[in-house]
Amino acid sequence: MFKQIKGRSGALMVGLLGLLPSLAMAEDATPTLNSGDTAWMLTSTALVLFMTIPGLALFYAGMVRAKNVLGVMMQCFAITALVTVLWALYGYSLAFDTTGMEKGVINVYSFFGSLNKAFLSGVGLDSLTFTIPETVFMCFQMTFAIITPALIVGAFAERMKFSALLWFMGIWFTVIYAPIAHMVWSGDGGLLWDLGVLDFAGGTVVHINAGIAGLVACLVLGKRKGFPTTAMPPHNLGYTLVGASMLWVGWFGFNAGSAVAANGTAGMAMAVTQIATASAALGWMFAEWLAHGKPSVLGIASGAVAGLVAITPASGFVGPMGALVIGAAAGVGCFLAATKLKRALGYDDSLDVFGVHAVGGIIGALLTGVFAAASLGGSKADLDIGGQVWIQTLGVLFTLVYSGIGSFIILKIVDVIVGLRVTEEQETEGLDVSQHDERGYIL
Amino acid sequence: MKLVTAIIKPFKLDDVREALSDIGVQGITVTEVKGFGRQKGHTELYRGAEYVVDFLPKVKIEAAVSADMADRVIEAITKAANTGKIGDGKIFIFDLEQAIRIRTGESGPDAL
Repeated sequence: MFKQIKGRSGALMVGLLGLLPSLAMAEDATPTLNSGDTAWMLTSTALVLFMTIPGLALFYAGMVRAKNVLGVMMQCFAITALVTVLWALYGYSLAFDTTGMEKGVINVYSFFGSLNKAFLSGVGLDSLTFTIPETVFMCFQMTFAIITPALIVGAFAERMKFSALLWFMGIWFTVIYAPIAHMVWSGDGGLLWDLGVLDFAGGTVVHINAGIAGLVACLVLGKRKGFPTTAMPPHNLGYTLVGASMLWVGWFGFNAGSAVAANGTAGMAMAVTQIATASAALGWMFAEWLAHGKPSVLGIASGAVAGLVAITPASGFVGPMGALVIGAAAGVGCFLAATKLKRALGYDDSLDVFGVHAVGGIIGALLTGVFAAASLGGSKADLDIGGQVWIQTLGVLFTLVYSGIGSFIILKIVDVIVGLRVTEEQETEGLDVSQHDERGYIL
Repeated sequence: MKLVTAIIKPFKLDDVREALSDIGVQGITVTEVKGFGRQKGHTELYRGAEYVVDFLPKVKIEAAVSADMADRVIEAITKAANTGKIGDGKIFIFDLEQAIRIRTGESGPDAL
């Protein structure tokens, strides 16, 4: 049964272990549409799209200089449109088609799906995934495929050529995102799924994946002109706080929606998401207060996002007190990564995609292996914590290596085709005018 | 006639304006300016990146007054703008050669 209704999400993994009654029951009966589940997933899909536009777009736009505000918003918006089209053409099939997959068997379909569902073939009015229409499942997954490349934008903000961005994102989505999503989420036979990696809502697939790609991209593109001696302060932290708030709200769709049902797991995912986020926001704020003497708006907003990232892989597995610890660890850990580590190593990850998403994702992925244990308030009875943390580490390492090397190769190819960077003159002028012939502010 | 120019902390503007009205000053001109004195600038910190901001926002007040009023004006500003902390600002006094009211053509102290 699971082979036919195979789909992503840790919820299924929980179901496999018989811990989630509603899904376990699906084994006994032909899946039927549940209107409660469907209503929640329609809502979740809208919430996750809202995270990228306008949430992430505003979060990033506030942190760049005024001359690049439209550039970064445009990048988020264009990625939304581009990935949607690619998802419909072949992306959904590459990520979620289960043809040829078998539990424990490693073959080519362990890495990516076949093209049987290309052009959304067979995804019609009546097809179901679990208890919801497959159209809804397909759209829900699409919003994840949209936000992941959009996250990378922050790493090379203020210097990438727009045409190069489209090439890079189109190729990256195809050969990095879709295969990783397939390996983690497509079910039995998927490489990392079979390994037993716990990733409820996308700690590896979305955040570590985007974070390492961002680090590689900012290294390949090089520093912004004048970094780090010239002042490059955020031009509108109000945008950033509003954007972070939208991410926070939208993340309920991201995490609680990853239950793919309106059930107890979704409820717990929502609760731990809220708690971890608050804990991380305070963690970053107090760490900064201690280190620099004052708590900042950018700090508390960054901390909230770090917490959202870290609880993502854990959200369906851990309890509220586990969430509190994961959040605090991410708040302090990401603060150190974005401030101390970046300065020590000197790379110009403009908006700290690596420091927040990769580092937060790794903290979350590893701690998921700890706090998923029932003895620590999680949902996994008799979890071997040491063993699970090792499996989580393998998942993290695989993603870092695959996405890191893959991103490097794609960037080099795109550099040859169209050139990655704008000219020095265009960079000084700003991306708004040089790439789009527009200005964000005409005052 | 004297031209009194004072550079003060922006949040003290209302107090100074009231103090000047109280002693009978008929008009002032206010400009938002930036600069530094002994206070120097301040530092801003964004995710650990520290930027030194050299110029701080201040308000410049200009008041043209008759010579016999100048001391009272100085006293009023000094009192109203004082916080006792570094960065309170400065007052500069210039001799004012002539003043003309554009509407009527009056000149000298009558025009103030």
